[in-house]
Amino acid sequence: MKRILVAVKRVIDYNARIRVKADKSGVETTNVKMSMNPFCEIAVEEALRLKEKKLAEEVVAVSLGPKACQDQIRTAMAMGADRGIHVLTDTELQPLAVAKLLAKIAERESPDMFMLGKQAIDDDCNQTGQMLAALLSWPQATFASKVEVEAGDERRAVVTREVDGGLQTLRLRLPAVVTTDLRLNEPRYATLPNIMKAKKKPIQQLTPQDLGVDMAPRLQTVKVEEPLKRKGGIIVSSVEELVDKLRNEAKVL
Amino acid sequence: VSTLVLAEHRGDKLGGDTLSTITAAKALGGEISVLLTGQNVLPAAKHASTLQGIGQVLTADDAAFEKGTAERLAALLVAVQKRRSFTHIAAPSSSFGRDLLPRAAALLDAQPASDVTEVIDAETFVRPIYAGNAMQTFRFPAEGPRLFTVRSSAFPAAPEEASSSAQIEEISQEELAAAKELETGSEWVGQDVSTSERPELGSAKVVISGGRALKSAENFHMLYDLADQLGGAVGASRAAVDAGFCPNDMQVGQTGKVVAPDLYIAVGVSGAIQHLAGMKDSKCIVAINTDPDCPIFQVADYGLVMDLFEAIPALGKEIQKVGK
Repeated sequence: MKRILVAVKRVIDYNARIRVKADKSGVETTNVKMSMNPFCEIAVEEALRLKEKKLAEEVVAVSLGPKACQDQIRTAMAMGADRGIHVLTDTELQPLAVAKLLAKIAERESPDMFMLGKQAIDDDCNQTGQMLAALLSWPQATFASKVEVEAGDERRAVVTREVDGGLQTLRLRLPAVVTTDLRLNEPRYATLPNIMKAKKKPIQQLTPQDLGVDMAPRLQTVKVEEPLKRKGGIIVSSVEELVDKLRNEAKVL
Repeated sequence: VSTLVLAEHRGDKLGGDTLSTITAAKALGGEISVLLTGQNVLPAAKHASTLQGIGQVLTADDAAFEKGTAERLAALLVAVQKRRSFTHIAAPSSSFGRDLLPRAAALLDAQPASDVTEVIDAETFVRPIYAGNAMQTFRFPAEGPRLFTVRSSAFPAAPEEASSSAQIEEISQEELAAAKELETGSEWVGQDVSTSERPELGSAKVVISGGRALKSAENFHMLYDLADQLGGAVGASRAAVDAGFCPNDMQVGQTGKVVAPDLYIAVGVSGAIQHLAGMKDSKCIVAINTDPDCPIFQVADYGLVMDLFEAIPALGKEIQKVGK
């Protein structure tokens, strides 16, 4: 393969506490630690492993959103991506708009594979990869736990997917969209020398206007609220008491 | 309002997730049609026709859809929608629905909604975001179609009704043609569905999860034994997965599986936010930990402050004694 594009999303760090804004308009993101979406890290790692196996020549990290998204592109480059593309916008982006922007970038870059995390841990949509594949009329393999690229001129990838109750294997014609699940790999940490090197790698900046995409959000948020809190429980003093409570009070045994 | 429910079926029955999706569709009001795809789907279509509130059952009965990948099924869904103009299209939020529905939505230039947990009216819904740490109420735009997937644990299964017998309509070959002939670029190679005696983590009624305090992969066998005794599944915290005690697919949490069993037993799990996000909707939560201050106790219905290496064998014996 000549090129793999990888989408990376800036999200609230998975370890940070989620606070709903007092006006119920959304979730507080100021002064909150931000990171690359964990599923995107897995996508970057997988693309790099394909490159290291000489199955791909170049890995390009793509992010969409405000200026700060460049941090996540730099992280991907510190892991080993060759260059970055950043579409600068402060508009709220919903998955359909993201898929349309990524499709335009795919048309410019002609990758053999577009890898994305299966979902982002902020909106939990789990849609962008499928929608991107649809817009490009490419085959898709979602929730990948194993990715193999066949050698030779036929240009096929064999992908094992996590489906309910087991695993499914698909053989895809390239170019294709692959979305990554947890079991695929364990992403590497960027080393200090590589973080320094990443600073010199190029990031191309684009605007949505360059790509000519209608990004208007389709779904309108009415309100965002805290989930119902669980009622405080009790501390039992022994295994016998626990089993008694589970049988006679909670009636789950 | 007219809703199309995309059904998953095994043999002669609709799947449980689909029955919950039908209940969510009923909350919209209006007529419900169910679409079944695959080969020899008539027995499952008959089951669908006996469910309460179903107006019509559509079947796309063709070998081309038997191992239907998302590419072909999305094309089918688009063809059906173009001809029949449903206001809503719903699918279960299973790996099948999550793979297929967004692809179809993009082809219809619609922004879908994932994992709906509450229907307020025909355009307003609620869904969890941030792994359930916040609940988003949102509205679809005026122009349809409105596509969404349904979190099955949030809706009961649609019941059968003796008097109910919806009409079954086989979709014509002409309507199926485009999807059947599509050059998908995707080839189904095989499927390895788990043959484990244990139920699947995502749908088990009982889940026993271990944390880093288990100390080793070998010690997880204590949890497997207890799970087998209770007919449950075994999960793990991210810390336990990161420590190499168990594989990634056992992870319960924001970046793993989100579970909501009747009984969740957290063993040696401290209760990091990202773990709580994956299990806090469980009906009854038990926490066993030596540290009385760890956050898991704040969400537990029953907490037991005790060394897990004593507690788990004792729990197994006690359950056996009282007879489960």
